[in-house]
Amino acid sequence: MDSTNIPDTFDGIISEIEELKAQKQVLEDRIRLLQAQMEETTSNLTEGDFVGNGSCCPLVRPGNAVVDNGLTPEMIYRYSRHLLLPDFGVEGQLKLSESSILVVGAGGLGSPVALYLAACGAGCIGIVDNDIVEINNLHRQIIHKETFVGQSKVKSAADACRLINSLVKLVEHNEALSPTNALGIVSKYDIVVDATDNLPSRYMISDCCVLLDKPLVSGAALGLEGQLTVYHHNGGPCYRCLFPTPPPTAACQRCSDSGVLGVVPGVIGCLQALEAIKIASAIGEPLSERMLIFDAMSSRIRTVKIRGKSAQCIACGENAMITKQSFQCFDYEKFTQSPMSDKGRPKLGLIPESAEN
Amino acid sequence: MHLTLEFGGGLELLCKSVKIHEVDVDTKSGEDKLTMKDLLSWIQANVIKERPEMFMKGDSVRPGVLVLVNDCDWELSGNLDTTLEEKDVVVFISTLHGG
Repeated sequence: MDSTNIPDTFDGIISEIEELKAQKQVLEDRIRLLQAQMEETTSNLTEGDFVGNGSCCPLVRPGNAVVDNGLTPEMIYRYSRHLLLPDFGVEGQLKLSESSILVVGAGGLGSPVALYLAACGAGCIGIVDNDIVEINNLHRQIIHKETFVGQSKVKSAADACRLINSLVKLVEHNEALSPTNALGIVSKYDIVVDATDNLPSRYMISDCCVLLDKPLVSGAALGLEGQLTVYHHNGGPCYRCLFPTPPPTAACQRCSDSGVLGVVPGVIGCLQALEAIKIASAIGEPLSERMLIFDAMSSRIRTVKIRGKSAQCIACGENAMITKQSFQCFDYEKFTQSPMSDKGRPKLGLIPESAEN
Repeated sequence: MHLTLEFGGGLELLCKSVKIHEVDVDTKSGEDKLTMKDLLSWIQANVIKERPEMFMKGDSVRPGVLVLVNDCDWELSGNLDTTLEEKDVVVFISTLHGG
């Protein structure tokens, strides 16, 4: 923002003051977090690892001192409710803390995915998106704050995650995932979460995960419905096994065209985070060869059995045709007759332009 | 034969936004069984009210539609040749891409 440029109107001044106050709050929060971290690290050096503070919970000092089970004292304290779970426990937490998960899309689905993965203690979270935060995203993209409107979604999302859990490594990929960069980016991670909003990206991410042999947690939401499944995991199908031929473009609606109730992608995103955590920590039965279908209107969730891997699949079948070389030249937008980005699309025209700014 | 048909993922818009249809489908004369192929043409004639091309392509459903017979992908039960039974639940779901 140009500091010399004073807004013309009283409302403009008020709103700028509000915005600056909010930014100040973010900076103050960050300073507090860093100070707390510094204090704890310093006292850790002088007082040792474990100090009781008189409350029912022991005050655990951070640091890199790894105890027998591989978790640091700070991790044991932070994730204690996870560790109490017989089905998850120390082993689950340890595996999760050693995993790296790529979240493609920092929107309605990606928001809860990234927030929960950060809170739960994934080792490394990568976030890919090239969008900027808009005010009409905030009803569902709960990771972003008003103060980040106009700024990069990846940065906003990564900062939100850092504020929740400073133990997690966050990698910002502030670019659109494309056939030219996808192999390079995806290869750095163990698990991929598809939280995108368009058909060509879904085919591209699935093909890329098959080529690099990564499990893919795929979620989608529109209107009042959501769908969730895990592709290319434990010998299960990939996206192309299920959908070898793309649907007609008239069937490819977007949230920006058809609307979406904010909490619907939230529900699906939370379930995506759950599936990613299950895969990372090797617990339970991931949703492979099954699909979860959520209908918000009737409050119904049904899980159905879907086909297995197809021998004829051009991505993962016996005579797969897609190679790392051909992938990089594959025109996914042409294949699906659908754009990867809705930038440059005509505005909805629901309200006058002046009201959108 | 009594069947429950469900449309989701936007396909309900092709049948007046009604998601669940309780229907009675007559089997062909002289036959006591009904296949998915028969059911699709019956649905096309009796349930789909607009844009039929958004439901079918050729003699099957259009790409991007999952068909579930009793919560199981019809690819696992024979696709168009799947034989239906009394009180079966057949679900048609258009795949979603939004997020």
